[in-house]
Amino acid sequence: MDDISNVSKITEPVQKRILAKIAAAHPEINVSEAGHLHVPVDSLTAVMRDLKENFGFDYLSNVTAVDYLEYMNVVYDLCRVGTPYMLHIIVRIDRENPVVPSMVPLWGGALWQEREIYDLLGVIFTKHPDLRRILLDDTWEDHPLRRDYQWMSGRD
Amino acid sequence: MEVKDEFREETTKRLKNLGVDPAVIGEVTRLVNVGPLEKLLNLARSDSLWPMGFGLACCAIEGLMASNMARFDLARFGYEVMRASPRQADVMLVCGTVTKKIAPIVVRLYEQMPEPKYVIAMGSCAISGGPFVDSYNVVPGVDTLIPVDVYLPGCPPRPDAVIHAFMQLKAKINQAKGGKR
Repeated sequence: MDDISNVSKITEPVQKRILAKIAAAHPEINVSEAGHLHVPVDSLTAVMRDLKENFGFDYLSNVTAVDYLEYMNVVYDLCRVGTPYMLHIIVRIDRENPVVPSMVPLWGGALWQEREIYDLLGVIFTKHPDLRRILLDDTWEDHPLRRDYQWMSGRD
Repeated sequence: MEVKDEFREETTKRLKNLGVDPAVIGEVTRLVNVGPLEKLLNLARSDSLWPMGFGLACCAIEGLMASNMARFDLARFGYEVMRASPRQADVMLVCGTVTKKIAPIVVRLYEQMPEPKYVIAMGSCAISGGPFVDSYNVVPGVDTLIPVDVYLPGCPPRPDAVIHAFMQLKAKINQAKGGKR
């Protein structure tokens, strides 16, 4: 336990400094109390490119999305390979018109993750090179992980 | 399940009709038996089923792999010849959850198998959808797609249960009239 708390004593202030630097460079970003970055969808591509090229967050470890019925969030997790620093980036989008720019030009690893989000939640990623369904059948209608999705159980 | 020795009964009946001495009947039926060719073919079939090496989920580990390895050794019964092509296979073990995306492929593989063909639905998922029956993407039992001969319950069934399922299938084939099910 001592080792872990010692590590977090060093890493936490650095993480806070990184967040403060990012907030200073991009005034449109809202940093939450928990350290999440809320980025408006219009400036997402510019912010992500800046984080990759100037802040050293070179690896997109996870992309996911959450349906809150009134709106949807697309969530990106960035990290610096070889260091413990990670960013949690949240983009709020309109549920009726869920469109975000694709991260494939910046991180090729987003290719399948964005296809999965499109498949299950119906988020459209603009400029994605191959936005097809990945898990469900190509003829499937609607997106099953949306909260208001209706389906028939196989039970008798 | 006790399988009657139909060939022996048939031979005894025919020899009695010929008026042969019972002592001679005993000696003859010990060595020679007669029966319909279809039944003879079924006897051969039931002792050398060739399963298709086709696994959908975790049940394939028990049904196709563990039961074939040294500890349980399905080869003792002549069922070890896993075929990579449905054209060469007699029996299809449906091992695992059948999703709606894989369902047309399962049906196509079944249709590509030559007659006579047999299906063992292995595990809760293949029988009824199992714990995933409420999911939007799971077929509630493979018998909604193709005819099933033997239902093998378990999650997953043990390899000795797999052997029991093959024994049940063997008995079923031997009791069948003619080559078809």
